Amino acid sequence: MKVRLLDIAHARSGDKGDTANVGVIALKPEWYPALAKHLTLDRVRQHFRGVITGDVERYELPNLNALNFLLHGALDGGGTLSLKTDAQGKVYSTALLRLVLDVPDDEASAVRLPGKKQWPAYTRSHHE
Amino acid sequence: MTTPTASPGDRVVRVASGQGFWGDWLEAPRRQVEGGQVDYLMLDYLAEVTMSILQKQKERDPNMGYARDFVGAVESVLPGVAERGVRVIANAGGVNPPACAAAVREVARKHGVSDRVRIGVVTGDDLLPRLDELMAGGHPLAHMETGEPLSTVRDRVLSANAYIGSVPIVQALANGANIVVTGRSTDTALTMAPLRHEFGWGATDWNRLAAGIIAGHIIECGAQCSGGNCLYEWQTIPDLANVGYPIVEGHADGSFVIYKHPKTGGRISVPSVSEQLVYEMGDPHSYITPDVVADFTSIRLEQVGENRVRVFGITGRPPTDKLKVSIAYRAGFKAVGTLVYAWPDAYAKAQVADRVLRERMKNLGLELDTVLTEFVGVSATHGPLAGPPGDPPEVQLRVGVRGTNKASVERFTREIAPLVLNGPPSVTGFAGGRPKVEEIVAYWPALIDKTVVRTNVEVLA
Repeated sequence: MKVRLLDIAHARSGDKGDTANVGVIALKPEWYPALAKHLTLDRVRQHFRGVITGDVERYELPNLNALNFLLHGALDGGGTLSLKTDAQGKVYSTALLRLVLDVPDDEASAVRLPGKKQWPAYTRSHHE
Repeated sequence: MTTPTASPGDRVVRVASGQGFWGDWLEAPRRQVEGGQVDYLMLDYLAEVTMSILQKQKERDPNMGYARDFVGAVESVLPGVAERGVRVIANAGGVNPPACAAAVREVARKHGVSDRVRIGVVTGDDLLPRLDELMAGGHPLAHMETGEPLSTVRDRVLSANAYIGSVPIVQALANGANIVVTGRSTDTALTMAPLRHEFGWGATDWNRLAAGIIAGHIIECGAQCSGGNCLYEWQTIPDLANVGYPIVEGHADGSFVIYKHPKTGGRISVPSVSEQLVYEMGDPHSYITPDVVADFTSIRLEQVGENRVRVFGITGRPPTDKLKVSIAYRAGFKAVGTLVYAWPDAYAKAQVADRVLRERMKNLGLELDTVLTEFVGVSATHGPLAGPPGDPPEVQLRVGVRGTNKASVERFTREIAPLVLNGPPSVTGFAGGRPKVEEIVAYWPALIDKTVVRTNVEVLA
């Protein structure tokens, strides 16, 4: 099953220097285990490849049904140096929610995760 | 875990947030003080680079260098302060807390309530006058991310302030101040200090101090925990025009409830508070402040009523022996120019314009460190993650440049408008005129030994 993060989580992002943080929170407590299992460090690194220049860190907050990701080198220097529209990383939150997870069908149906067989073919070639 | 909210007779202290940054809603402070009973009004004015802007203002006029909005905010809540005993705590002092206090005193005098206003002034965070002495004394003030010593940019430093904690604010309150003005206090100390003062929490009461810090973190961005900028079910959040700013209802044991005044808009829920908790978060196990290290993985949230979220279970541990220092330095110049291209082929036209602009800048030999192009409407916020743009009705070309050669940045600003007549067609949206050249004042975070920073508290009679 293909599960889009936007359909199972909400998020907020902010900045610290040239690092953006994205806190991702499961929409329902019973969806947190699947979120924590499948939204891995490697998956997020892969998602932001070519978008950020540094590495990613990942932290778990099971008490808030949340994960926190630090995206280094995300803000063109950050703060007042940055030339980006999103100089303070305010909308990295929804950029992460575009990610589509692969969740085994039985796992997904056990907690009624909303998903589909397939999302439209994802292409980055247009901008590359 | 379920626990009743407050047992009858349990004393509560109410700390209201009235400003999440300098530039926040001017109506909020008055609405917080008049919308229901509160004990404290907390106003946060300082962002990372605000201190340097204030330092520049102080250089031009020695009576400036503080958040002037604060004077109007105080004026708007004076009846509450003078007649109902509401106390105000703000880091509005910037790089000149005494001047800020003098301006507040003048407002109180104008309204004939000078006898009922006692202003506490916290100083000692400003390290600029001591910078060379400190560096010579073995404090390199190395950049926290790059490790470079401050000496590499020393001649360009504009301001240097240590983030100070709750202790001097608690002292000002204990000395009878009902308006406390600080410089670079941490945002969270502005909320924790009154709780600590009222409940008599000790300096090693780690769990309760941490709870006060987390209460501060939740309300320091104003309405961002009460329905503002809230993604969760955002379409259903009621009456944002009339949004209620958050209030902490603190208890002696460190637990607290986040709520807002009745008949206000917005929403306070477990999801809205959770979004604010993860905002600007680093390692959740170690939220480091001058007073305590708070553990965000210990926080428990529970909806205990409509627009009421109880926060409890928080743990903390002793702080480090360092304070963070916020240093600002001149780092060159930047400018951003924009043009809007219309359908058909809006994106393709904007891309051609970008290529033409870059070729002209190259032919002119401009010395620039960075040229960044964004296509607003296509990829400015999410980059390649946004996927193909389809056939948008318009695309904004947004080009930013940065460099130390001011003349080159200046010359760039003259290359945008010509494109309207000598570049690709269907272009508009240039009414703002030529882009402005801005001096970049960059942020240099560092650490310093706590023992070096000595704060001072004065209560003006």
